Amino acid sequence: MIGRGILAAVFRRGALSLLTLVLLSMVIFAGGQLLPGDVGRSILGPLADARAVAALNHQLGTDAPPVLMYLRWVGGLLHGYMGMSYAYRSPVAPFIGHALTKSLALAAVTLVIVIPLSIGAGIMAALYRGRWQDRAVTLGGLSLTVVPEFVSGILLILVFGVWLRLLPISANTRPGTGLPEQLRHLILPSLPLVLILFGYIARIARAGMVEALDADYTRTATLKGLRRRAVLFRHVLRNALLPTITVIAAQTSYLLGGLVVVETLFRYQGIGSLILTAARGKDYPMMEAGILTVGAAYILSAIAADMVIAALDPRAKAAQR
Amino acid sequence: MKPLERLARPGFLLGFSIVLFWVICALFGGFLEPQNPYADDLMNALAPPSAAHWFGTDQIGRDIFSRIIAGAAPILSVAPAATFLATLCGTALGLVTGYAGGWIDALLSRLIEVILALPLIVVALLVLVALGPSSLNVTLVIALVFTPIIARTVRSATITECKLDYVPAAQLRDEGALHIMFVEILPNILPPIMVEVTVRLGYAIFTVASLSFLGFGIQPPSPDWGLTIAENYGLIVGGYGWTVGFAALATASLVVGVNLVAEGLAEAFG
Repeated sequence: MIGRGILAAVFRRGALSLLTLVLLSMVIFAGGQLLPGDVGRSILGPLADARAVAALNHQLGTDAPPVLMYLRWVGGLLHGYMGMSYAYRSPVAPFIGHALTKSLALAAVTLVIVIPLSIGAGIMAALYRGRWQDRAVTLGGLSLTVVPEFVSGILLILVFGVWLRLLPISANTRPGTGLPEQLRHLILPSLPLVLILFGYIARIARAGMVEALDADYTRTATLKGLRRRAVLFRHVLRNALLPTITVIAAQTSYLLGGLVVVETLFRYQGIGSLILTAARGKDYPMMEAGILTVGAAYILSAIAADMVIAALDPRAKAAQR
Repeated sequence: MKPLERLARPGFLLGFSIVLFWVICALFGGFLEPQNPYADDLMNALAPPSAAHWFGTDQIGRDIFSRIIAGAAPILSVAPAATFLATLCGTALGLVTGYAGGWIDALLSRLIEVILALPLIVVALLVLVALGPSSLNVTLVIALVFTPIIARTVRSATITECKLDYVPAAQLRDEGALHIMFVEILPNILPPIMVEVTVRLGYAIFTVASLSFLGFGIQPPSPDWGLTIAENYGLIVGGYGWTVGFAALATASLVVGVNLVAEGLAEAFG
């Protein structure tokens, strides 16, 4: 019985995500292929000969009706074919795969730093509610959240890279460099993203913690004589951190957007700088595939967060029954 | 305590002073700049900070202090213009969907979900590649993305208001739907709209600055801070940190200032 309920919920969730993905592909296609108007003209420039423009459009397949072009694109995607890059004259997929691996490494370093840091700060703020530690975490965290990545990135490079010479400025390493050294090169690029995410996650962790500390079950646990440490770890934390998981997943979107800026600043060849390079060179298939990958990654992380919550939270299981 | 008294807190006052400082620079920069922010002086290129050039000079010898002051104007015109446009459209859309409900409601929430699935920077890039980068296009793109987000806030506030007695009372008096929405409901939901608008302004500044850094925002030879950093950050390794450091500090102070104001408003009226 329970199994069927969960199955139905997963199915509904999947169907909604699929719908979002389809709408997303339409938005991206509209932005990438329809908005520029004449793709051939946009690549060759205003001075090019009309026949050359028409020939290029025919060669690229961009002289077909928009609906047909969209269906061709989506049909290709369903077969794992993401299109042909205008700039490199070769399939887009390997570029995306390579860039995605690099971006995932950067994102992983960011999350490994930010999750313990922000949850710890959130818990501390909740335990010192109303005192200066609390104000420092909430107001300081929120202020850091709004500083653009390239601004904090510049300041971090100046302080840690140029003046103190503690961390390497470049995200790139020579081929054959060991993993620890590669990771060390990713610390400075990940810090601007850490600063952005810290405020959000700490704030939600604090709110969840405050709610759990005030809850009846916490009072019951305290009154039945459990030690404070046991109350905190067995009762408060388990309940307090659930909403935090959702927020971390929701922030993945900002994380991926931040990659565009951070990868540009640190000259790191990830999916963000791939999208930007494609955008600058009007390599529409590459740009569309990159953006769709980012959107799909976001939708997947939201689904993953839902499943983790369903597995951890007895109430979510009950609601599905 | 009255809301205005609750605003008199150190965080809000600090944020307000910072924003006021930059607004004055944006409005009266021409009188405050010691030198012409566009005049190059190749003999004095990349000069470190000194009495003659407080913040040093850039690659072609332009005075960075003057360019920082002049750089307040571009960002403080594009970002507020985008926010203002989005507020107008978003408030109208939110009032209508909240008051009328129905299928528009469902459509709006699906649209927001799709927009939020992509990072704002990426959506903006997508549109700006097609339309070409310019201050006007940046304004339009940000307004376009913020409209449904503001509409969502207005919509939920409108739905709450519709349950109060004065709305059915106005309907019984046979007042028109437009009158009820804009004359009866709108004044009552101004506080949440104001808070949302300040928060959005912060994000608009964030986005405009980032787009300028990426080359898709405000265009040269503007003294815009994001653009300044884009033009000079390759020089950091050479030890010319002043060419980008002051622009970074200026941007950071502006966004933090706006955010402190937003936070203060949210605490007082939210």
